[in-house]
Amino acid sequence: MSDTSDKPVGVIGAGNFGTVIANMLAEGKPVLLYTRDPEKAAQMQSERLCRNIPLHDRIKITSSLQEVGEKCDVIFPIVPSSGFRNLMRELSPFLKPYHLLIHGTKGLDLQLPTGKSVESMRYLDRTMVKTMSEVIREESVVVRVGCLAGPNLSRELSEKQPGATVIASPFQEVIQTGRRLLKSDRFQVYENNDLIGVEFAGILKNVIAIAAGALHGLGYGENAKGLLISRGAVEMVYLGRALGGSTKAFLGVAGIGDLVATCNSPSSRNFTVGNRLAKGENLQEILSSMDEVAEGVNTVKIARKCAEFYKVRALITETVYKVLFEQLTVQDAVSYLMRYPLSLDIDFLDH
Amino acid sequence: MEILEEKKNKNRRYEPILEKIPDWPVYLLSKQRKSFIEEVAEKTVDRIVTTKPGKKAILDELESTALKEQNRLKRNRWRVDPKDEPKFWSDVKAKTTALSTDGNDDPEQARALLKTVVHRYANEIAGDFRPSYYRLAREITEFWFARLLNGARIKKFGAFFRSQYTLRDKIHVVGKVRMLRKLASKGTIIIVPTHFSNIDSMLIGWVIHSLGLPAFIYGAGLNLFNIKIFAYFMNSLGAYKVDRRKKNAPYLETLKMYSNLAIQKGAHSLFFPGGTRSRSGMIEKQLKLGLLGTAVEAQRHIYSEQSENPRKIFIVPVTLNYHFVLEAPDLIEDYLQSKGQDRYFPEKEKYGSLELLKFIYKFSTTGSSISVSIGRALDVLGNYVDEEGNSLDSKKQIIQARDYFVSNGKITEDPQRDNEYTRLLSTKIVGEYHRINRVFGSHLVAFIAFVMFQRMHPKLDLFGLLRLPEEDFEIPYDQFRETFKKVRKEIYNLKEKNKINYASHLKGEVEEVIRRGIDNVGIFHLKRPLLRNKAGNIVTQDLNLLYYYHNRLVGYDLERYI
Repeated sequence: MSDTSDKPVGVIGAGNFGTVIANMLAEGKPVLLYTRDPEKAAQMQSERLCRNIPLHDRIKITSSLQEVGEKCDVIFPIVPSSGFRNLMRELSPFLKPYHLLIHGTKGLDLQLPTGKSVESMRYLDRTMVKTMSEVIREESVVVRVGCLAGPNLSRELSEKQPGATVIASPFQEVIQTGRRLLKSDRFQVYENNDLIGVEFAGILKNVIAIAAGALHGLGYGENAKGLLISRGAVEMVYLGRALGGSTKAFLGVAGIGDLVATCNSPSSRNFTVGNRLAKGENLQEILSSMDEVAEGVNTVKIARKCAEFYKVRALITETVYKVLFEQLTVQDAVSYLMRYPLSLDIDFLDH
Repeated sequence: MEILEEKKNKNRRYEPILEKIPDWPVYLLSKQRKSFIEEVAEKTVDRIVTTKPGKKAILDELESTALKEQNRLKRNRWRVDPKDEPKFWSDVKAKTTALSTDGNDDPEQARALLKTVVHRYANEIAGDFRPSYYRLAREITEFWFARLLNGARIKKFGAFFRSQYTLRDKIHVVGKVRMLRKLASKGTIIIVPTHFSNIDSMLIGWVIHSLGLPAFIYGAGLNLFNIKIFAYFMNSLGAYKVDRRKKNAPYLETLKMYSNLAIQKGAHSLFFPGGTRSRSGMIEKQLKLGLLGTAVEAQRHIYSEQSENPRKIFIVPVTLNYHFVLEAPDLIEDYLQSKGQDRYFPEKEKYGSLELLKFIYKFSTTGSSISVSIGRALDVLGNYVDEEGNSLDSKKQIIQARDYFVSNGKITEDPQRDNEYTRLLSTKIVGEYHRINRVFGSHLVAFIAFVMFQRMHPKLDLFGLLRLPEEDFEIPYDQFRETFKKVRKEIYNLKEKNKINYASHLKGEVEEVIRRGIDNVGIFHLKRPLLRNKAGNIVTQDLNLLYYYHNRLVGYDLERYI
């Protein structure tokens, strides 16, 4: 499976993570980076700068999805989950069964009957909640799909610090292609064939990250964080399994690895949300002042409803929800969690 | 006993799409039987040697194969097994031992030994289609079915020799018949039916013939060849033999290669992708990927070798719907015994030629009709195709199926990808089964009654429930009728959403549909799964059987309406 073609690799979405990935890909291949707005595209193309990150010489900016579909065999869609399905609908006419798609979006897609919101739904199940790979499969003819997951904090990657990612896909071909395109001396690529599990690991950890930010904001130290991370991991495993992942996916780089990184990182958006909440700001203020989406906020709503439907006890998710949307103070939330009668440490490894 | 009639049957006779037997792919295949077997053997050996290179690896494989085969001979011999088997395998073992101690590394002799083993397998598997047998078998089937039907239905002795009723009145073929006929002349068809009963293969054979299609090749369990009357029909209808006792790698590779190459040569094929009859009576949820995978692989080969007009492979799901499954009592017993323990159970063949004839007589002399639903054709990725054979995406746009096998602009071989595609295809087939499944009144009464019984004992698990004496179960008729109406309505809804299908007799006056349903469910069993007692209430004589017939409608979430 040697790759001799000099076709460019496509990246859709010029946010922080999209730009960083484009830069990494450009070390080995020409890259076509898509951004929606033609004016911005022209500006980025001439200034060679995107979100203050300098662009690699081999990156060309485009605002045409057609160009991306026609010129690239391998495409990395990295846009927020709320716009992902629409993007796929626009891209779909230019996609063929030979395309490989590896997405980097750690959020959920939600399809509800018109006029309904998460709050007004009686229940949520997996027929309404989809991961991004499922959206790709539903909206296009592309079958060979994968995802990027793991601790990939954009800032560190753009500073060329050492890091690693997981590429998950049921297709070895997708994993190997992604690995060949991304691997470098400072960037390790792990593989996993449980695509859905790895996607959920990346998605659900954002909820725990909000909680970690909140603890940090209250000035708590490492004991509290250790407790949160380990209990959070257990909660992720249970919820993730109910939603279709395997335990294994949550214990690797994409699960624990990403969780630990995000829960210790003031540069993480989800962590920031929790941190500022604890310091007394309200959610609206925080979200409107951020330039990128904190996926965790939306995920909390969906995860809580799903936990209810699949009868999984998700204490942290439930409490984060109350803090975000029901005016529970972070202080009260912590004392509520500490009083909750729990004793068994871990029981999911037995079966 | 009231007979359940379908709406006026639209079935008609179809003209054959290929006029003469010598044009049939299956005939061409059997004419070149010798060279075909040789090709199968050679390519199988190539494949095994690629995955297990080197003399030692080949010898290890041979040694373990010989051991397994000797073990099988010791424990589980059948009438069809050739007499020289013990000698053959002890020879293989002796030669393997000699080769592994001769101190040279040249794999050539080991390879040659492997070839003799594989060749023997290929020869055993290969079918032997003979036009004269085929015609005779077909005529016998038609003649006797027709006689029996007439003799029984028109209660006069002389009617026996008339042909007023034919098999077509009894077996209802619905669905995408025209599409199937059209595609059969454009590409290679693979029919994948659900599997509930041993008569499925005969039934499908008849359907294929009556639709004017040339004979299909299909893998029939070698155990069926123990029954002489079956052996005769199968041999004449293009069957190749599948021996489920043999689990060794060389055998399985030979079998897959046989199917793969036959498909590549354009032989229309038939697999029962469930692998074996559904023990539980449920529609198959998990398919065996081995033979199905040969379709994907064959298609990839065709694409990479024929650049002009590559011959396309079409997968056609089919469901067979019965009021009555002869083997139901044994099947469900097997299922209950093995549930949770996931171990292999040997096939017990209780039905010799006589029992089968009796059944055929019973079947044809009473009104138990059968329906066969032909689903829409799929490509090997599970996409729907149109009548011209073009693959369609979910928006009905034409797509090139070839592109699924392309990476970096050319077709590549990637067995892992093929396996994954096979898995996708199997999921799609299972979905299609549920969609084209045709609900009979008898299925519905069984389903509702069993769930209502279950609700009476909410604390018991399945096995606890089945242990209770049958006398403990009784449903007041009025209550049953109301529930029936509710669930039937939901089936109409599901049909609107294209998630299920039902037989025309399901519509109609509710009392009548229930009465006929109860009369027909498991109609010939000694103990009836459903009856009405003197008070008119619903009772059962055999809860296991009721569970079996109930299972047919599991998976639609209909329990919610009961």
